[in-house]
Amino acid sequence: MEDAIMNAGKYIGAGMACLGMGGAGVGVGTLFGNFLSGALRNPSAADGQFGRLIFGFAVTEALGIFSLLIALLLIFAV
Amino acid sequence: MANDPISQFNVNRLLPMEVGGYDVSFTNSALFMTLTVALSAGYLIFTTSGRGLIPGRLQSISEMAYEFIANLLRESAGNEGMKFFPLVFSLFVFILVANFFGMMPYFFTVTAHIIITFALAMLVISTVVIYGFWRNGLGFLKLFVPSGVPGVLVPLIVLIEVLSFLSRPLSLSVRLFANMLAGHITLKVFTGFVISLAGAEVLGVFGYIAAILPFVFAIALTALEFLVAFLQAYVFAILTCMYLNDAIHPSH
Repeated sequence: MEDAIMNAGKYIGAGMACLGMGGAGVGVGTLFGNFLSGALRNPSAADGQFGRLIFGFAVTEALGIFSLLIALLLIFAV
Repeated sequence: MANDPISQFNVNRLLPMEVGGYDVSFTNSALFMTLTVALSAGYLIFTTSGRGLIPGRLQSISEMAYEFIANLLRESAGNEGMKFFPLVFSLFVFILVANFFGMMPYFFTVTAHIIITFALAMLVISTVVIYGFWRNGLGFLKLFVPSGVPGVLVPLIVLIEVLSFLSRPLSLSVRLFANMLAGHITLKVFTGFVISLAGAEVLGVFGYIAAILPFVFAIALTALEFLVAFLQAYVFAILTCMYLNDAIHPSH
């Protein structure tokens, strides 16, 4: 019984941790959307900002990955 | 259990060894790190030893990698940062080749282990701290006090800046490790769907038809993982450049 409750808690916790990825999704969407609208206004400047786009993408995406990591830890390590 | 998505990260002893009570066995992790270094160093030495004035294809790849990192470092840390070129270039090539090695079937992903990435991140951060104090003395602490901040806010800002500096090694290592770990687990899970759909007795032929969907998805994910493998090496290099820039020009 105790095991069942612990397992249930683990899986519920893992699912809740994955909600954090939604925030990262919003962030990455905002990032690329704003880059695209800027790039369409001034296409000649777009190529020069590619590095910054990728940097912002990596930093934003990392936060989503962190919450996925918590979920994975709950399932496999706890 | 072979289908367990996490067992691909197991570290196995290949040559058990013990020195003074410490376990220093040659593991599959060590084997793939050795292979990574041997391949990248061997390739770079072999292709640039000819020093052709008109580079061939192989030499071009080495030169492009050099130019790529040199431009990155020069743009973010200035000409003074170029003395750290060997560090940044080695880190970039090691992570890139290790990530690509991990994409091969049955190969071990070195960078999906936090101890490896944390060691790399600590190497960067300790370089920044030691060089920062050596070059600027106590002026390095100006890093934590941005110019133009109203006096009342200074204690708060210093606290935030110190916390953000302390979390750098953690975020640098967890970003690389978690990306590789999550990517490889997702790949394994989706290929597991193919096996379980095609092997389901109840579904019969329909199982095989349904298995096409996760199969196609797994192929697309493999392509994405190759992109992520390059991107994470690039991000590690660009962040290293930015942190080094802090050590060279601490007052922002």
